[in-house]
Amino acid sequence: MTTNAWMTSFLGRLSLREINVQEEPAPGLAPARLLKIGAGDWGHFAHEARNQDCRWVAAWGEDNGEELTVNAAFEKDGAYFIARTQVKRATPILPSHTPYYVAADRPERHMQDMLGVVFTDHPDPRRWTRHRAWKDSEFPLRKDFPTAGHPPAPTPPNDNYRFLFAHGSGVYEIPVGPVHAGIIEPGHFRFQAVGETVLNLEERLGYVHKGIEKIAEGRDAAGLARLAGRVSGDSTVAHAWAACMAMEKAAAIEMPARALSLRAIMAERERVANHLGDIGAICNDVSFTFAFYQFGRLRELWQRLSREAFGHRFMMDVVVPGGVAADIGDQASAAMQKQIVSLRRELAGLYNIVEDLPSLEDRLDTTGYLAPDAAKAFGALGYVGRASGVAFDVRKHAPYAPYQGMNLEVPVFTQGDVATRVEVRMREILASFTLIEKLLADLPAGPVHVALTSPAAGTEGLGLVEGFRGEILAYVRFGDGGRIARYFPRDPSWLTWPTLEKLVRDNIVPDFPVCNKSVNGSYSGHDL
Amino acid sequence: MLRILNKIQRIGIVTERLPKIEEPALDEIGAQLKDRIGELFGGSLAIREVDAGSCNGCELEIHALNNPYYGIERFGVHFVASPRHADMLLVTGPVSRHMEAALRRTYDATPEPKLVIAVGECGANGGEFGVSYASCGAVSNVIPVDAVIRGCPPTPLDLMRGILEAIGRRSSSGK
Repeated sequence: MTTNAWMTSFLGRLSLREINVQEEPAPGLAPARLLKIGAGDWGHFAHEARNQDCRWVAAWGEDNGEELTVNAAFEKDGAYFIARTQVKRATPILPSHTPYYVAADRPERHMQDMLGVVFTDHPDPRRWTRHRAWKDSEFPLRKDFPTAGHPPAPTPPNDNYRFLFAHGSGVYEIPVGPVHAGIIEPGHFRFQAVGETVLNLEERLGYVHKGIEKIAEGRDAAGLARLAGRVSGDSTVAHAWAACMAMEKAAAIEMPARALSLRAIMAERERVANHLGDIGAICNDVSFTFAFYQFGRLRELWQRLSREAFGHRFMMDVVVPGGVAADIGDQASAAMQKQIVSLRRELAGLYNIVEDLPSLEDRLDTTGYLAPDAAKAFGALGYVGRASGVAFDVRKHAPYAPYQGMNLEVPVFTQGDVATRVEVRMREILASFTLIEKLLADLPAGPVHVALTSPAAGTEGLGLVEGFRGEILAYVRFGDGGRIARYFPRDPSWLTWPTLEKLVRDNIVPDFPVCNKSVNGSYSGHDL
Repeated sequence: MLRILNKIQRIGIVTERLPKIEEPALDEIGAQLKDRIGELFGGSLAIREVDAGSCNGCELEIHALNNPYYGIERFGVHFVASPRHADMLLVTGPVSRHMEAALRRTYDATPEPKLVIAVGECGANGGEFGVSYASCGAVSNVIPVDAVIRGCPPTPLDLMRGILEAIGRRSSSGK
């Protein structure tokens, strides 16, 4: 395959540059290949990866006693590889990837706050995930840090963070949050504006940091799946699936085909529910309440059927290690097919209205523009990427069961504005309808669950799933007795949040809500 | 415009009187809610929702209270943007340590008399997250709580029932 062709030439280039790379077998990480690299070459390696046009996917680390292990994942043409290096715990110094990939900025600062890795040439060494619940000399992901920590009581507010500032005649600042004016998650936004125009936006997140990576340690497989289902409540199916996929690959078990098809049906239902709700909310942010209520109505009907079919309105805790906890009968299958037929008809009418209403056109077209080269540089995913020319969709480009051979249609545009992100989502709903119909028509018979045998200590696994926001990566390593030693979920929001800072510039302040909603980053999935 | 009017006319009012999947019936709960609100809050209950660390699941269901099926506004309940306008705080949890100060400040900004409801398993008892270096756990560990609505997440009907119960308890305690 072509995927191997570029990898071979990439490895050749690395050896020409005298970057010593050792490939090691890692069956649990497949389809990703594992490359071990010396700590001194960590930055050069990223430089070469960028020259090769690889996408930067994620970075995470782990405390292994004497040493800290640091991983970074990359992807090109649907082929993944994980670069791995080690640094001494006493002197955890490593070159940064951020000079070559802006996407690495916040993930590296997260690693600095959580694990105490020092990135020597990182352009912005400010703390990110850490507010004031733990000291700068403490690192929650180190093994000697107790889960209870030593939090000050009460925890002081995060009011000593050094924001960027602007000065000049007529420049003013608008601080927003963490408690926002709507029913939404908390975070802080700092605007610099002149008149109505946004000069700059700086995001300050981390408010809903709940210690997910730390409290995952020591859980059993079922407990990890439950936790993963709450990384971001709107993506409960996708995150639980990614975590289970990682555990199942680590355990090297053969998954029942029916379970995988049911997971995909639920994942597509989750995608449709979120897109329906968000399209309505985007219209509501520009005062087109008709669409808000119509899409809200359809979303409610959709969620009710999810409950009838799978027992929960969000299908929470239905994806479990080794399969799924609910099976569907002919009745539920028929109800889902019937609902798709009726929704397709309703949406055709609604799309026509949304697409050529002059007042919507006025507010959504050209608003929040993200140029294709910027989207690529940020590593934008999901509908944010696909509205700006970045096509990548795990289901299509690195397909996992049951998506292989399903001929999924991935809508890609280059206009990059709010209207285009709405358009991508409208088309994705229709594509998901087709997928659900095919999955239901070809639903394999058989069991929906197999037992997960506990893998040996040290075994690792990687899960890659396309959530409604884009690619979700989950890394799991087992410890003794089938307990989790390390869980790292990378929500796509890590890569799409920074695009909001870029795309809101030069827009008017009152268009911030609609720009924000069109990106819809998860706070919880990002703050972990 | 004609298409919009046509759609509105064809769909009609979907707001529910008797949902099949839940008991007791929605309009029954709603009628009681409206009566209590009329009695206690002059016909209108203003709620400020505070996400103090939730996974966003509870927020989605609280949002659903405003969709045409539940239409909670018809019972005199509405969500406000400022705690200074609120009679009630609907707080989802667990309370992350990073939100602790913000939640206390929101509570202090809400005028007396005020009601606080902790929403969801996490708000009620810390849920999957419990108490840790990053999480204070239940909402009641940070601010006084009058009532809890359990569920992960509670359904819109659970939420309506919980709000009603909290108001009922307040009137019986003569607070």
